Amino acid sequence: MKAAVIVFPGSNCDRDMAVALEQAGADVSMVWHKDAELPSGVDVVAVPGGFSFGDYLRCGAIAAQSPVSAALKDHVNRGGYALGVCNGFQVLCETGLLPGVLMRNAGLKFVCKSVDLTVASSDSAFTRGYNAGDTISVPVAHHDGNYVADETLLAKLRDEDRIAFTYNDNPNGSSADIAGVLSDNRRVLGMMPHPERCVDAGHGGTDGQAMFRALMGELVSA
Amino acid sequence: MKARVHIMLKNGVLDPQGEAVRHALGTLGFDGVEGVRQGKVIELDLAGDDKSAAEAEVAQMCEKLLANTVIESYQVEIV
Repeated sequence: MKAAVIVFPGSNCDRDMAVALEQAGADVSMVWHKDAELPSGVDVVAVPGGFSFGDYLRCGAIAAQSPVSAALKDHVNRGGYALGVCNGFQVLCETGLLPGVLMRNAGLKFVCKSVDLTVASSDSAFTRGYNAGDTISVPVAHHDGNYVADETLLAKLRDEDRIAFTYNDNPNGSSADIAGVLSDNRRVLGMMPHPERCVDAGHGGTDGQAMFRALMGELVSA
Repeated sequence: MKARVHIMLKNGVLDPQGEAVRHALGTLGFDGVEGVRQGKVIELDLAGDDKSAAEAEVAQMCEKLLANTVIESYQVEIV
């Protein structure tokens, strides 16, 4: 599996993401945001966490206009896989590759802790390694993770089984406790919690490993 | 020519920052503040002097970047 991790000015989880992908067996390249093309043959593009462009204007809004974001859109429109974590989720929403928007946490505080998530759908290359209904513990670290979707969108996400993860104890006010959502073709996942921060016993937990391994399994056999 | 863009959260979108400001005003003794909505103002210096063309172009800028129209509405003012 060939993976690319996009690096924006202000990204700070890019190397963690690369390590998590490599640990699952992926061949990883880092791609600077000014590159207008992704390396050839890339199967999955990861958009990492951080504070791209200092969160100026809106989180992810400037990054969504970077040259690499056009390449990312092409990749996804061709049926490619993409994973956006934290700021990466915000970028995917700003590019329009995922619906909804992430607003300031309802409690106005930066939330940094491990939270329990319920796997709401195991029907994706990212979540196949879990069983629907499983509880996993994954760290969150964000100020703008309050996922906002109107009733129409929520109904659509529920009907199409596109809610990947929900919070057991909502830390940020997200609609319907949503922690992660899938695109309509189920090949793009955006989530606020950081699976790349729990892939090694030294991290204090390994519940994120199943995501990278499942993705690897799916893409190697494909 | 200057354009001034006002960006506000749409009605019905909960504004946690506005709520916090309302709370703080109450703490300071300003009673009777029933609601606070916080938005942003962006000023642009523009070349050219065709007001209606500028207005249309700034609206495009809002649609593409300055506002997230899922949750925000905008108003363009040429000054």
